[in-house]
Amino acid sequence: MSQIRRFFECTKDLYVDGFRNMTVGRSLWALILIKLFIIFFILKIFFFPDRLNSDFDSDSQRAEAVREALTQQ
Amino acid sequence: MNDLLATVDWSRAQFALTAMYHWLFVPLTIGLSVIVAIMESIYVRTGDAKWKGITKFWMTLFGINFACGVATGIILEFEFGTNWSNYSWFVGDIFGAPLAIEGIVAFFMEATFVAVMFFGWEKVSRRFHLAATWLTAAGVSLSALWILVANAWMQNPVGMIFDPDQMRNVMDNFTQVAFNSVAMNKFFHAVFSGWVLAAVFVIGVSSWLLWRKRNVDTARKSLKIASWFGLIGIVMTIWTGDGSAVEVARVQPMKLAAMEGLYDGAKGQSLVGIGILNPDKKLGDKLDPMLFEIAIPKGLSILANHDADSFVPGINDLIEGRAINEAGDTVSTVSYAERIAAGKRAQEALRAYGEARKAGDTAAMQRAKDIVMANFKYFGYGYFDRADEAVPPVALTFYSFRVMVMAGGYLMLLFILLLFICYRRTAVLEKAWLHWAGIISIPVVWICSQAGWVVAEVGRQPWVIQDLMPTRAAISDVTTGSVQLTFWIFAILFTMLLAAEISIMLRYISRASKKDIQQTH
Repeated sequence: MSQIRRFFECTKDLYVDGFRNMTVGRSLWALILIKLFIIFFILKIFFFPDRLNSDFDSDSQRAEAVREALTQQ
Repeated sequence: MNDLLATVDWSRAQFALTAMYHWLFVPLTIGLSVIVAIMESIYVRTGDAKWKGITKFWMTLFGINFACGVATGIILEFEFGTNWSNYSWFVGDIFGAPLAIEGIVAFFMEATFVAVMFFGWEKVSRRFHLAATWLTAAGVSLSALWILVANAWMQNPVGMIFDPDQMRNVMDNFTQVAFNSVAMNKFFHAVFSGWVLAAVFVIGVSSWLLWRKRNVDTARKSLKIASWFGLIGIVMTIWTGDGSAVEVARVQPMKLAAMEGLYDGAKGQSLVGIGILNPDKKLGDKLDPMLFEIAIPKGLSILANHDADSFVPGINDLIEGRAINEAGDTVSTVSYAERIAAGKRAQEALRAYGEARKAGDTAAMQRAKDIVMANFKYFGYGYFDRADEAVPPVALTFYSFRVMVMAGGYLMLLFILLLFICYRRTAVLEKAWLHWAGIISIPVVWICSQAGWVVAEVGRQPWVIQDLMPTRAAISDVTTGSVQLTFWIFAILFTMLLAAEISIMLRYISRASKKDIQQTH
């Protein structure tokens, strides 16, 4: 049990100390967070809805819509 | 129809923009992770602290690139759901399964071991740290494997059965999908090309250090490792490229014909080494397709079939369903007119299947299903009215292939020259022309890498899934305006992010170069 606790404490220290002592990493994390925010909270929500999931309720409706789209062209 | 094509073209442009932006980072991550692991192995083996400093310098550059590339691929998945919903549904779990595996592998392997790589220098033993670095490199390549498995399935769809009820392809043989011969060649070709790209990056940065006369010993050591690594990478890239060419000849002969600007094939077909296409050449006319060419006799037959006297079909041969067998007799294959007829039969039957399903007529459903399955191999051809609609853009494919090959040839010479200089003419390492050759090679290797993907993806047009789904059938019911809007948003966003990312990298290189890199640990 103590070994497991020690493992988790070491893992926690690895990440906590690592993040605390970052130099270049700070600007990189800022860049990553800005990027993730833009991607998930702006692009995904406002510009990239999943067409079939948002327009239809069930898989059989989606299949029917695709059948129509693929056989009516 | 014009509006549909505009939507398709803008969606393709948007996908190409996103994929090419994503591919700026991926090959460097793949290759640099291995270079860093090699340098750290030298440190652990020799115990020489200088190598720890060198490893940390390149590891930080790896980290910057890794961070810059994070999440850029996710946008491609958004585009599938929004712009390419017919395609996303049609491919079913075949595309989803490899991408899900990639997500899990990427998250667990990279997130765990990257943290040990960057945060664990003073926390874990040297050997454990080295193992984490190698496992990161392996994880990065494994991630690429699953993406390329998904891509290869689009080029050579195997291991699935089409279910007209669900309107999607259902995986029935995971092994066939995962070990698709196209995927294997593509994976190794992409990984080794990543080695080449990373080697040139290290050479370029080291050349800059030499030019500025900063950290000269670090630069020389890095240059030597990168040159060996790059030479091994380029030899393996050529070898796997040869395997890819054989696969293209087998499963996408039209792409091969476009790569060569070849309209009428022959036995013992020559390969265009250097050439200029005739811009007036149209399908079906008698004009010479080349204005100028330097050809390698029998080269294409060797490249495509590993047989100097074999027949390689041209665009006209494929369209007309004509081949020449080993005995030299002209034989018939399936012409594009027959494929179009089969595709239309499959689509008509699929429509009938849907109507029978609505009416609850199971006997009619079965009859229709039998016709769909019998003709499904050519399902996608049913969208065409003329054979020339199934021909890829010849000029872009032809020139991109030559850009890739010529840039690759230049890089091979560069690695050989650098190794010769590193071992036999070390005084030349102080020459400015050599430094500039190294620096200028950085954009060359990226152009080479991107050109390779242009050959692969433009050359397979008009297919999004070979023979089964053309690009125009894959598109969602979206307006051209909405795709144009997001295209320009991406163009602006990617430009800004790229500028920020390059600036972080250059600032770090400049700052680190002013200190003693070998003592920075």
